[in-house]
Amino acid sequence: MRSFSRTPAALLLGLLFGLGGCAGGQDQGPGAGRLAAIKARGTLSCGVDGKLPGFSYQDSDGKYVGIDVDVCRALAAALFNDPNKVEYRELTSSERFTALASGEVDVLSRNSTRTLSRDATGGNGLEFAPTIYYDGQGVMVPVASGITSLKQLAGKTICTENGTTTELNLADRFREQAIPYTPVKYQTGDQTYAAYLQGRCAAVTSDRSQLAAKKTSFPDPAAHTLLPDVLSKEPLGPVTVNNDSGLSDALRWVLFATMQAEESGITSKNIKEKLAFAKANPNQADLRRFLGVEGELGQQLGLPADFVPRIIASVGNYGEIYSRNVGSESKLKLDRGLNRSYKDGGLIYSPPFR
Amino acid sequence: MTALPWWRDSRKVGWLVQAAVGLGLLLVVALLLSNLEHNLTRAGLRLTLGWLNQPAGFDIAETLLPYRASDSYGRALLAGLVNTLRVVGIGLVLATGLGVVAGAASFSTNPLLRGLSRTYVEVVRNIPLLLQLVFWYFAVFLTLPPANQALQLPGLQLAKSGVYLLGARLVNGELVGGWRLSLELAALLTGLVIYSAAFIAEVVRGGIASVPKGQWEAAESLGLKPLATLRLVVLPQALRVIVPGLNSQYISLAKNSSLAVAIGYPDLYAVAETTLNQTGRGIEVFLLLMAVYLGLDLCISVLMNGLERLVSLKDR
Repeated sequence: MRSFSRTPAALLLGLLFGLGGCAGGQDQGPGAGRLAAIKARGTLSCGVDGKLPGFSYQDSDGKYVGIDVDVCRALAAALFNDPNKVEYRELTSSERFTALASGEVDVLSRNSTRTLSRDATGGNGLEFAPTIYYDGQGVMVPVASGITSLKQLAGKTICTENGTTTELNLADRFREQAIPYTPVKYQTGDQTYAAYLQGRCAAVTSDRSQLAAKKTSFPDPAAHTLLPDVLSKEPLGPVTVNNDSGLSDALRWVLFATMQAEESGITSKNIKEKLAFAKANPNQADLRRFLGVEGELGQQLGLPADFVPRIIASVGNYGEIYSRNVGSESKLKLDRGLNRSYKDGGLIYSPPFR
Repeated sequence: MTALPWWRDSRKVGWLVQAAVGLGLLLVVALLLSNLEHNLTRAGLRLTLGWLNQPAGFDIAETLLPYRASDSYGRALLAGLVNTLRVVGIGLVLATGLGVVAGAASFSTNPLLRGLSRTYVEVVRNIPLLLQLVFWYFAVFLTLPPANQALQLPGLQLAKSGVYLLGARLVNGELVGGWRLSLELAALLTGLVIYSAAFIAEVVRGGIASVPKGQWEAAESLGLKPLATLRLVVLPQALRVIVPGLNSQYISLAKNSSLAVAIGYPDLYAVAETTLNQTGRGIEVFLLLMAVYLGLDLCISVLMNGLERLVSLKDR
């Protein structure tokens, strides 16, 4: 019955059959469950936004690129030694969690905010991997409107996407400050920004990174500006289903590997030398363990021993991923801000590889 | 007369086969349900409706039913349902009016009117509704001018801030008073009515065509004008063919209203989508949705069946 869950069936049917799919299955140890299924299949199925520059979108060659895409590529590199063995599925914000729960995708890497109720078994029952982008909700307005604060949005219409934390934060913030407003909500980002550009609403609200990213694709990016207010905390990261530690642990440590690599100064350019150096120097215990020269860290996760070098060689460390997609080397030019390594006063921190 | 053995009694065998198939079906359903139950429990999700009383926390743009973000999910869904009913209610009336006019016009002696009616039906029927809704919303209503240059039609003002009926006045660059429809509602109604009316026009045309030509001629020979002929002679006879066809068009309209979500109108489906996302109660929300749309369509059917009995030919 698992094959049912792979077909693009109606959401409910998918949920019914998908959840029915694992009936009678044994409780999984590492390497069993979904991870084993992915290995057997030979490709990773990844749910992405697909229309968000910097996070996941198709470049001019039709190839998916972005931070969210690199998460999938890193996991595929760790599993198959080939970052391209990923099948992407574009999901809207309101269908993403159902698609994950029903088994349509193995991993959801779609700039999703970690919250208690999404994490908890009594809520959405999801498993959050480490946050890969610390964000906050912002509000974008046309420069010509002269609006510079939330208060000036009183009585105005604000566009947003259906089924996001954005929608809830908006309601909370405006309710706190007793500012009346009208929300107009759309199913997809495309519709939301199209309506905003057509002047349906005085402002559009989303994660600040998303607003900055979308702004770059506007006809006249300079005509729009972000208000200084930050409405919420939005820690964004990939997600897997609950109760499948094999897959969620593997994903977690794949991401930590990119962060640890940055901290240790290992990049896609010097990985070969670092590996050779580790092999030649038995005293470099940390480096040898991290790169899988000794110990069995990879094996414990159900991954190959050399999963870290594979990842770094194909997608690079966290810093490289950041600057390539949203940072200094990209169009977005987003400041690293909270997303600096903890050594530079940021929040990016990997637990020890031991 | 000897009793027939049961396996040769076609009535008994028939019953047995029916019972066996029924039992098999029940077993399959029971298996699926227990599977679902088992896996939901494993995933730590139990089917429950307790979340309906939790505060929803999101706002809804326009509600007939008073609603605030601090109200419960149940209230939010109810507000969504009322919004759906508003669209369906207004949509049914307008689509019927337009459909009857377009259907009757295809019998007009005026070739221009006839051609117009045929073109309308053929064009509109053959373009997907979703496409039409998106067209009306993004290409027509969202390109309206600002309030101080609102398009003026008799009793109707069209501007970016909304569609105003019954005489709104311009105060400080904003339209006030009158009856305001949001652009989302206006676009949804326009799209739904124009689409459904094309199908209704075909049903009406079929009904009118079913009335023998002799009836027209008889009415004409009595000196009745064409419109009076239609109203007094033809339509009453055509109705008994039209009504059953209308039934399924009305049901379609009610179901199609859920496409509202594509253009930002907060109908039941849109509210349910947010609810599903915030609560993670996919199965419960979808079961509720299906039950509500089924109930809505059954209500329409019951009413239309009543109407059908009313207009059917009485045996004398």
